[in-house]
Amino acid sequence: MNNPHHLNPTSLKSRFTTRFLRALTKIRAQKPISSSSPTEIFRRYRRIKVAADKSMAYSVRSRRIWSRAMLWKLRSRSYRRQDPCSGRRSGKTNQAIMKKSSNENTTTRREDGVGFVEEADELRQLVPGGETMNLCNLLDETAHYIKCLTTQLFSPIGKG
Amino acid sequence: MSSQRSTSSNKITDDELTALILRLQTLLPQLDQSRHGRVSAAKVLNEICSYIRRLQNEVDGLSGRLSQCLDSMDLTGFDAEIVRDLLQQ
Repeated sequence: MNNPHHLNPTSLKSRFTTRFLRALTKIRAQKPISSSSPTEIFRRYRRIKVAADKSMAYSVRSRRIWSRAMLWKLRSRSYRRQDPCSGRRSGKTNQAIMKKSSNENTTTRREDGVGFVEEADELRQLVPGGETMNLCNLLDETAHYIKCLTTQLFSPIGKG
Repeated sequence: MSSQRSTSSNKITDDELTALILRLQTLLPQLDQSRHGRVSAAKVLNEICSYIRRLQNEVDGLSGRLSQCLDSMDLTGFDAEIVRDLLQQ
């Protein structure tokens, strides 16, 4: 294997594409009678978007903090639909996680005035699970997350 | 003051920080190092945020396009491409 990246983009792309295709086939099979109404197309768009996230998160599995966070989010979404009480539980968990991460933000304050606290905080909002990461993890996870986003867009489904 | 503490204590050294920021910089074609050299960490993170937002929007757009043309798509045609990708590895 000539690939210097530990990520192995081609097989990640294959895993993602296979899963995404399977999901798209299922979504297409769920077609109701009035499938061309704007509402129905919007619903389908939502389902496809979730399928894209799910396919990528499952292709990465628990190897990354961001994929674990995304899987957790996806699962708690479906649980919340069945159990109205679970929303409160996830709120508490988020608070505990936020407390833990706030201590580690001091590493972004630098004495020489070359700070990037705001930029790092903005990044935390964009990367799944970013609020729970220390700076080192955040920067590492960001690189992998970006590679996965481009993998989604360069999959045969994205280009075709 | 550059610290020599190890990552196991959860503090990050300057060198590690620089390496991580540099790696992110290589993902940004507009901040190509051969032309821009060292760029401030704040600028790299700023550009990274814009880049992520743009990629997420493109995935959104892809989902939107798929929702429109899903019915007419030939989903079986992708199998050959997947196999080809795997063989190229």
